[in-house]
Amino acid sequence: MSLSYLLKRLLGMLPLLLGVSLILFGVLHLAPGGPLDVYADNPSVTQEALAQMKEAFGLNKPLPVQYVSWVWAFFQGEWGFSIRTAQPVVQEVLDRIPATLMLSGSAFVLALLIAIPLGVLSATRRYSGLDYFITLLSFLGISMPVFWLALMLQLLLSVQLHWLPSAGMQTIGDGSFPDLLKHLALPTFILAFASVAGWSRYMRASMVEVMNQDYVRTARAKGVSARRVTYAHAFRNALIPVVTVVALDFASILSGAVITETIFAWPGIGRLFIDSMNGRDYPVLLAILMIGSFALIVSNLLADLAYAAIDPRIRYD
Amino acid sequence: MNEALIAAPTRKKRAEGFWPLLIRRFLKHKLAVFGLVMLLLLALMAILAPYIAPYTFDGQDLSIIGQPQPPSRLHLMGTDQLGRDAFTRILYGARISLMVGLFSALLATGLGTLIGALAGYYRGFIDALLMRFTDVVLCIPLLPLVIVLSGILRPSVALLICIVGGLSWMGTARLVRGQFLSLREREFVEASRALGGRDNRIMFRHILPNAVGPIIVSTTLSVGGAIMLESALSFLGLGVQPPTPTWGNLLNYASQWLTGAPWLALFPGLMILITVLSVNFLGDGLRDAFDPRN
Repeated sequence: MSLSYLLKRLLGMLPLLLGVSLILFGVLHLAPGGPLDVYADNPSVTQEALAQMKEAFGLNKPLPVQYVSWVWAFFQGEWGFSIRTAQPVVQEVLDRIPATLMLSGSAFVLALLIAIPLGVLSATRRYSGLDYFITLLSFLGISMPVFWLALMLQLLLSVQLHWLPSAGMQTIGDGSFPDLLKHLALPTFILAFASVAGWSRYMRASMVEVMNQDYVRTARAKGVSARRVTYAHAFRNALIPVVTVVALDFASILSGAVITETIFAWPGIGRLFIDSMNGRDYPVLLAILMIGSFALIVSNLLADLAYAAIDPRIRYD
Repeated sequence: MNEALIAAPTRKKRAEGFWPLLIRRFLKHKLAVFGLVMLLLLALMAILAPYIAPYTFDGQDLSIIGQPQPPSRLHLMGTDQLGRDAFTRILYGARISLMVGLFSALLATGLGTLIGALAGYYRGFIDALLMRFTDVVLCIPLLPLVIVLSGILRPSVALLICIVGGLSWMGTARLVRGQFLSLREREFVEASRALGGRDNRIMFRHILPNAVGPIIVSTTLSVGGAIMLESALSFLGLGVQPPTPTWGNLLNYASQWLTGAPWLALFPGLMILITVLSVNFLGDGLRDAFDPRN
């Protein structure tokens, strides 16, 4: 992988981001109702005050002008102020990022730890009862409304059995690590759940394909033990296409966090997003959507780069 | 002469038509048949809801108002706080959930097919333009975007279908484009062009029928996705608004009563699970049936 390729890909992100920003800005501003609608029914906010706010926020300028000035400022890190809290948007978002990264990071790791062994097990015992069982499970997993599963687990583990807390990030007054882990357990499992089914199917398919390759037959023929064939020869090669899918899905785990964080009152970006939605906080919404798109674009790039890095047959230039 | 001789023994094994072969292959897939039967039953339940349902969907039993009642002989799935029969509301919810799922998937397929067909058939500038646009839309995370749109627009069911369908065509577009790119080079297309066939005719009468298999499979699978998306939205309180019941907003309501009335949360989720599972079984069976490598 050459440096010029990397540069080319990085530059290629720019038009994508611009396109995304145009669509998002358009969507938010062409819709009926505006950010100042929250004050429309408020008798203590006079027409003059409303006009003054419009002036102050630049909402009276033509849309293209608003777009250009917004996009220019946005790419320089000036994300404006939250309409709800009057805090800088950058600050609001930065405050929430650690919680979301902690949740989605641990969900990511957990999903990998479950999905990869399941896929390998399924592939090495193909057409066995176990394989059918895992296949059926993954169908269930793909079809599962995770928000419902979350409610059911809350009901079982928190309400009935009192094993785990049902919501929040820590018990008030208890900042200990075990307490955090307890709060993290349910949301992490729910967030991981959505990815496990797809990834394990993918791992199975990839492993089955590799096991049919000539070099696997050769390894068997020269007397390598079945274990070694599976883990040293097949497994490592089967991982290559899986890495791409997994990298691509990291961004979708982030967007799945919107639902998970809402159900478990986890103080991350997802919660901020729903709160901002309910408060029509356009600057924050736009910023979060842009960050989400940016994460998606970056994970696309990472998937390609990772593919090239592990598979010496792939050469980009 | 020769023909008559060979014809007799081979008649029984005459080459099967495309559709009979497809149906035979499909019927071998037990889970897919199960999925199809389940979906037909669900659709029947949804259509006949006003006739099967023991109560009206907003009808209240005033004697038990105030406290949700657990399942009983009178109310199979219990009642909610307002004394409404949960089973009836789930039946009516099936109408909205299935309708949104089906029509959004059809809309997405229509849009995706059109865009993919134009890009793959004309190539060049049109292709580049449409595919860059597709790339850009694919870069926006779907769930948050749909949340924002329905939060702003407070959509009716029809508008919700447009939002969900209008944002899930990208996969189909890429798929159809690929099919068109390869099919447009085939002899039958050349033949049609030589006979003076217009672009429209070649695209939709000649090429499209040859790409119909993968399109049907992806439509089926996206029905499941659309049902899930609608439920998630309504669960967050941003999709279809009460009093119209959908499985998603029934769950939203039930989440406030999780401790006191867990049965309210159990059944709507189970319905979503069964429906989406059936759709996925069906899609899987169709994929196997259409796949010539099997």
